Amino acid sequence: MTGLDQHLPALQVAVPMVASAFVVLLNPKGLAWAATTAVSAMSFAIAIQLTMLVTAGTPLTYAMGSWPAPFGIALEVDSLSALLLLVITGASTIALIGARASIDAQIAADRQIYFYSAWLLAVAGLAGIVVSADAFNIFVFMEISSLASYVLIAGGPDRRALPAVFKYLIMGTIGATFYLIGVGLIYMMTGTLNLADMELRIAGVSDQRPILAAAGFITVGLALKAAVFPLHIWLPNAYTYAPHMVTAFLAACATKVSLYVLLRFDFFVFQQNLDGHTFQFAAYLMPLAILGILVGSAVAMFEGNLKRLLAFSSVAQIGYIMLGASLLSAAGLTAGIVHIFNHALAKGALFLALGAFALACTSLRFETIGGIARAMPWTFGAFVLAGLSLIGVPGTAGFISKWHLIGAAMELGPPGLALVAVILISSLMAVVYIWRIVEAACFGAAPADFPDVRVPPLLVTMIWVAAITNIVFGLVPDLPLELSRDAAASLLGHVK
Amino acid sequence: MTAVFGIFLLTLLVITAVAIVRTRNLFVATMLMGIASLLIAANFFVLDAADVALTEAAVGAGISTVLFLSALALTSDEEKAGSSRRILSFLVVAAAALVVIYATFDKPKFGDPEAPVQAHVAPWYIEKTPEFIDIPNIVTAVLGSYRAYDTLGEVFVVFTAGIGVMFLLSYRRAGHTPTSRAPDPGLRHHLIPRVLGRFLIPFILLFGLYVQFHGEYGPGGGFQAGAIIAAAVILYALLEGEERALQVLSRRVLMGLVAGGAILYSAVGFAGLLLGGNFLDYSVLASDPVKGQQYGIILIEAGVGMTVTGVLLSIFHAFAAREQ
Repeated sequence: MTGLDQHLPALQVAVPMVASAFVVLLNPKGLAWAATTAVSAMSFAIAIQLTMLVTAGTPLTYAMGSWPAPFGIALEVDSLSALLLLVITGASTIALIGARASIDAQIAADRQIYFYSAWLLAVAGLAGIVVSADAFNIFVFMEISSLASYVLIAGGPDRRALPAVFKYLIMGTIGATFYLIGVGLIYMMTGTLNLADMELRIAGVSDQRPILAAAGFITVGLALKAAVFPLHIWLPNAYTYAPHMVTAFLAACATKVSLYVLLRFDFFVFQQNLDGHTFQFAAYLMPLAILGILVGSAVAMFEGNLKRLLAFSSVAQIGYIMLGASLLSAAGLTAGIVHIFNHALAKGALFLALGAFALACTSLRFETIGGIARAMPWTFGAFVLAGLSLIGVPGTAGFISKWHLIGAAMELGPPGLALVAVILISSLMAVVYIWRIVEAACFGAAPADFPDVRVPPLLVTMIWVAAITNIVFGLVPDLPLELSRDAAASLLGHVK
Repeated sequence: MTAVFGIFLLTLLVITAVAIVRTRNLFVATMLMGIASLLIAANFFVLDAADVALTEAAVGAGISTVLFLSALALTSDEEKAGSSRRILSFLVVAAAALVVIYATFDKPKFGDPEAPVQAHVAPWYIEKTPEFIDIPNIVTAVLGSYRAYDTLGEVFVVFTAGIGVMFLLSYRRAGHTPTSRAPDPGLRHHLIPRVLGRFLIPFILLFGLYVQFHGEYGPGGGFQAGAIIAAAVILYALLEGEERALQVLSRRVLMGLVAGGAILYSAVGFAGLLLGGNFLDYSVLASDPVKGQQYGIILIEAGVGMTVTGVLLSIFHAFAAREQ
């Protein structure tokens, strides 16, 4: 590896982080947007380069301050982290490029420097969690990303965001505190914070009670932050009242980073060290995943607000990811992990399109979006394309994950058929809720005073870029699948 | 003896916690929170964790009480009779507490030298710090160098909190313009607080600087020093009025401190990278690696102190500006 390449794991976090401090010093006249977008694009480039390095060879490790682990903090980038990094930085970059008009409409000019700074902090925090190989360091970056997300969500003109974000803050803090209690208990029994070292040393711990309690605290805490059903109640309102571009960014990646930590911790540290943990992991999470899929989709079918509809659909999608993981097989994990990527493509594009609709509509409800298909044909076309991917129509990215998920369920034999039925039923429900939007947008009565708003070209372009990635990765899914397979193999390599 | 003090302090802490939950008056709750923080700080001190004790006392009992009071000035003293489901909350808390108690049955004995925490990483820190960094306070070595990346993260947590509060409190409804009022006179007309306060401020500032620059030798460092220096300025603002405090440290200067501290810390990290080491590797900062480590720690502690002072004061002013 050449000079700069070996430092990329550190730069992935440090660049957006230090840039966030520079952004608040900028003169607030458009410069903040340009700087933030440029830094986000640079992070995306770093993520792409890291992915290429990971697919080319061995996983990357980095010793912060040159101190060897476990005495110093180590970073590690493997296939799973690379996939998440692509999602985080890609979603941030695409949303930011298209975001300018929407953010100008929603946030006063003199407050924007804080907003953009918080955006970069969210990118740095999420990336910091994903590259870290140290349990306490993950907590520190969880704090940064959570605080920054609360700020971003509360930033819009809709004051209902404040009670929503307060609920999210309380729930998120409980989740993070549970995680910290769990890490503290493990530290008490092993004396280490490095994940790989923890895995080795837990094996030698004979008194298992603290470890068991730690496993409980960490799993519940992270499930709360990941909005796993039934711990999702903070999510719908937070996504609904957030500024539209923030929803597009966070819906694509925020909860998935918590799922990532959950998978990492459970498979690397607990699975082989606790008796029957594999069974318990599957037995507790699979019913929750199924309920999440069915309830989330069902609520979405009857929801009147478009953003909340898509938010409930996200609860169902998190269920798919958990369902794949709870199968505890290579095929199941691959399907779950690839859905992290594919769902981000579909949901990111859908929320971006809603952001464009909001430039013309007074609110994003079925009654008020009538005729939007004629007013914004291009944006609407991309919306339909991303909607097809969310449903899982062949040729789109969504199909790839559902296909693999069904394949993994069939491996179980006859009981797997029930899981296949769940997946098919919820896909039909997705057809219903996407069709309701399409119907209202095409055939709904347009309000008399429909404003003549042109969607900014950059935003339309970005919506189309996001929508077309759904087709590209639906037809040529090699990259995400290869990363997911490798990640699944690495996770399963830690199971007895 | 430690056990006796510990049980005494923890019992008081439980009583205070119950009182905080039960009181409906938010002013009383704020004062009790300050007491709870002091009790925790005393408990840390009994356990020989002087660094965290100092932080808890300065931040928990000192600054956060002032910030809670500033927030209370914007709202009412009494908690609204809410529709909160108290029984459900109680059950969740009770369940979590039971699990923690269950976990403690197998925990290593208090003060056991064979405990995993004492036997794995800690001996390496104690053995190697004189050789690599050569400063007496190993806590500072761990926080400032071995785990400097965590501390950098914590500085950015403080930074995020600061810009978050400034962002949220700067929201004004469209068409709403702030009404200008006569400047707040503070306690200027009260002789005794003013004389006493003026007498105290220089000593508080001096103590803050001592804590900042003595962190390598004794308990202290940038976090504690930042909180103490901010406390001195807030005391000045309370005595002389917020306007006068802003004349001393204007919003621009504060913003410079907030961002500058975070940038200084990151810059030390990038300097290590440019000089051929890894990110946050201080050994390459000077020809002698041990000296390099010491320079690095002094610089990053300065960055921490700047950001913490700036953020705490900015939050205080953001609340005070909202009152007008």
